[in-house]
Amino acid sequence: MIRKVSRHVNQNEGLIFEKSSPGKKAYKLPPLDVPEIDPEKLLGAHAREDLGLMPEVSEIEIIRHFTRLSTWNYAIDLGMYPLGSCTMKYNARVNEFVARLEGLGNAHPYQPEKISQGALRIIKTLQECLCEITGMDTITLQPAAGAHGEFTGILLIRAYHESRGNPRRKIIIPDSAHGTNPATAAICGYEIINLKSNSEGMVDASLLASLVDENVAGMMLTNPSTIGVFEKEIHRIADVLHDKGALLYMDGANMNALVGKTRPGDFGVDVMHLNLHKTFSTPHGGGGPGSGPVACKKIMERFLPTPVLTTRTDGKLGFEYNRPQSIGRVRAFYGNFGMFVRALAYILANGPDGLRQTTEDAVLNANYIRKKLDGIYDLPYKTGSMHEVIFSDRLQTQNGVKTGDIAKRLIDYGFHPYTTSFPLIVPGALMIEPTESESKEELDLFIEAMKSIAREVQDDPQLVVSAPHNTRVARMDETGAARKPILRWKPEQKEQPVVATKPELVETR
Amino acid sequence: MRYLPKSPADRELMLSEIGVHSIDDFFKAIPGEYRLNRDLKVPRQMAESEIIDYFRERSQENAAGYAVFLGAGAYHHYRPVIIDALVQRGEFLTSYTPYQAEISQGTLQAIFEFQTMICELTAMEIANASMYDGSTGAAEAILMAMRITGRHESVIARTVHPEYREVIHTYLHHRDMPMRFVGYREDSGAINLEELERALSDQTACVLIQSPNFFGSVEDVDAIAAMVHRRGALLVVSISEALSLGIVKPPVEADIVSLEAQSFGVPLGFGGPYDGVLAAKEKYVRQMPGRLVGETKDKNGTRGYVLTLSTREQHIRREKATSNICTNQALVALMSTIYMNVYGREGLRDLAKQNLAKANYAATQFGKKGKVLFPKAKRFNEFVVQSKEDPHAINDRLLEKRIIGGLSLRKFYPELGNAALWCCTEMNTRDQIDLAIEAMQA
Repeated sequence: MIRKVSRHVNQNEGLIFEKSSPGKKAYKLPPLDVPEIDPEKLLGAHAREDLGLMPEVSEIEIIRHFTRLSTWNYAIDLGMYPLGSCTMKYNARVNEFVARLEGLGNAHPYQPEKISQGALRIIKTLQECLCEITGMDTITLQPAAGAHGEFTGILLIRAYHESRGNPRRKIIIPDSAHGTNPATAAICGYEIINLKSNSEGMVDASLLASLVDENVAGMMLTNPSTIGVFEKEIHRIADVLHDKGALLYMDGANMNALVGKTRPGDFGVDVMHLNLHKTFSTPHGGGGPGSGPVACKKIMERFLPTPVLTTRTDGKLGFEYNRPQSIGRVRAFYGNFGMFVRALAYILANGPDGLRQTTEDAVLNANYIRKKLDGIYDLPYKTGSMHEVIFSDRLQTQNGVKTGDIAKRLIDYGFHPYTTSFPLIVPGALMIEPTESESKEELDLFIEAMKSIAREVQDDPQLVVSAPHNTRVARMDETGAARKPILRWKPEQKEQPVVATKPELVETR
Repeated sequence: MRYLPKSPADRELMLSEIGVHSIDDFFKAIPGEYRLNRDLKVPRQMAESEIIDYFRERSQENAAGYAVFLGAGAYHHYRPVIIDALVQRGEFLTSYTPYQAEISQGTLQAIFEFQTMICELTAMEIANASMYDGSTGAAEAILMAMRITGRHESVIARTVHPEYREVIHTYLHHRDMPMRFVGYREDSGAINLEELERALSDQTACVLIQSPNFFGSVEDVDAIAAMVHRRGALLVVSISEALSLGIVKPPVEADIVSLEAQSFGVPLGFGGPYDGVLAAKEKYVRQMPGRLVGETKDKNGTRGYVLTLSTREQHIRREKATSNICTNQALVALMSTIYMNVYGREGLRDLAKQNLAKANYAATQFGKKGKVLFPKAKRFNEFVVQSKEDPHAINDRLLEKRIIGGLSLRKFYPELGNAALWCCTEMNTRDQIDLAIEAMQA
């Protein structure tokens, strides 16, 4: 039975361009207080004549347009969002409020340091908190997202080796890693050595030892791994690398399992990134912005991107640009500062006790789901779960139902799907990360939904493979979209049906 | 902890249903010597009111209520209030990347509209869903041009934003991808075409210019494009002041455009988050980095939108992907989308015209009292003022009048001596401009 959701009326809405007509306006400029100019005279042949198909609409239409669109999205604010590896936790509204305070929201990045001390203090405090949380010596907040942090971290490793005479050629990456890891190593000019996981889904330290030599610059490790398991041989992994002069990079995507319980800097990690938009609750916003600070050990400090925050002799904060051994900038200005404000607000709201309780609740929630669904869905690895649990669709494929189908059916039950088909080492994976933000009641609803779908797979698999049934649109033609890509609206396009046809509405007369 | 929705009894009940005695049982895989048996040394848990007080104090240590004459890649424009009203809807703010199309149509359709508007503005045929910012977008555009041409050298104008050039250097220098830099003309601040001609070779993958460039000078894109294309290279145009497109001819002849859309409704925010975006000719779509939204139909024939051509991306192609980018700047791109709707076809032009008028007035007034460099430049809203005094000394004086003056160029262009880059937008009143000029001379 579907208990979490019921139908309600849902507005149709076309593209904004289809509402546009000449002369409609949503703006009013103040009168010009300097002499009028003639653009043709000032710009000559560079003057633009026309803005083509840019829309012309009124303010109420814009409000309704985007409000209607918004109602077609699922969101954390609506319910559990158990996307494994994505840490979809509550995004506190006070974070949004403080990020918009006059003085922070409006600060120009090039305004003089003496009138930027508040912003610099926020950066410094966040840096100190994140170093303490990770057990690292130093940090840069400049990278704009996780993958950008990986890029920065691998360049730090490269600079470290170069300073010792040889950048080395290879990076080792487990087969369970996120796609960004190999993509990053490749753009940093490294050859990728794929490390096969052992039967427990973990790094095989002996196999690793056989691969590490003086050509290996480092290893990119996600810990807990993408199957939600802590690498219990972490100290051996670090030792094996360090013995050959290689460094250990940690992908911090799963840091929500560790904060306040253990610190990567203590267990041998040399450099790592954090995702402020995962662990530290800055909103995902439909795909970004993120922020991917990179923390590292003292040995890599001199290579950090410029500029680096420094305390001047008079106690004032400022940026230092003269860093001859730096890898250089990875982004203009100082990073996604607005995300720093939000992440620090999250840390202040939690304190040490709240951060630890958060981690414990995240792990408790994942293990509760694991316990309740074990046997109903196949658990490919029996190793203890941390903040996420990975099932496979092995039992359901016997009835022709795959993880992607179960995910789509979960939508009908009012939940966002879990992550499907990842990590690649688990065929037909269901990767579930509830985060700490779910109450027992919401978890029970989710468990009930998953059990109900498992029964449907037995009784009526067609119902599941044709899901979702209650959404505006269902099972988009992705192949068609990729074969003949339509990436922008054009007026000459034939009139398309814009009205959602499912579910049929009952018309009363 | 007020964000955690469980009572102590809930936790006890869940532990007993799982069949463990203590929460620490789940952390046993962590070797004992690495378990943290103390509190983290971070500030204590605060009430919401205390958090607001903390950040209010920080914000008061920052400038507020000053007149700003800084641009240089971050522009102070008016932000209509409906932007924040709409982007703070939880359905936009707290949703993930729209991989599940059925429950993400709002985000997907908004991105499709964003892509369309960026194409219209830049005169390109396709645009992606966003990049981190203008600097990383420019670097990715160069890498894209290298994949397309199979060549590895890039030629970059010295009038591209200096920090963008630093980022590009970080992306390229360790990969055997040489960069050549081309200077500017003293009369216009525009790229030196003779020098450009000499820098081109049959190894040149692309030429990167910025227009309006870092000095505010509009480049002759058509002439540069013709020269670049003769050598079989691509032209990449970086635009850091998006509003210029309201009144400056778009770079039709470019192959790839890297736009920083911060001017469109994105707060200055001490440098980020902003929203870069790449636009290009359609034939290059398979080499485009980042996410793309495409139109399609569902099983019932209803129009809808999906993320598409993902075989370019890291989650499918891993080390063979066009880029490692995953998270982008979706919510910031939504701000820009809303902004472009508010001003629209007429408003962007009207607003750009006001910027042009203000900067023209200010440059004329500055010219009466001092020297405005690059007299032959066609400008949008930025210009370079040369002074007898060090610009820092002038700016210190201006700060007393609550004015933030132009950016000293000494660090980036020492050859210009005492020069500063000034920017005037619709936010600068005539009174502010007059006051700045007066205080500058005092």
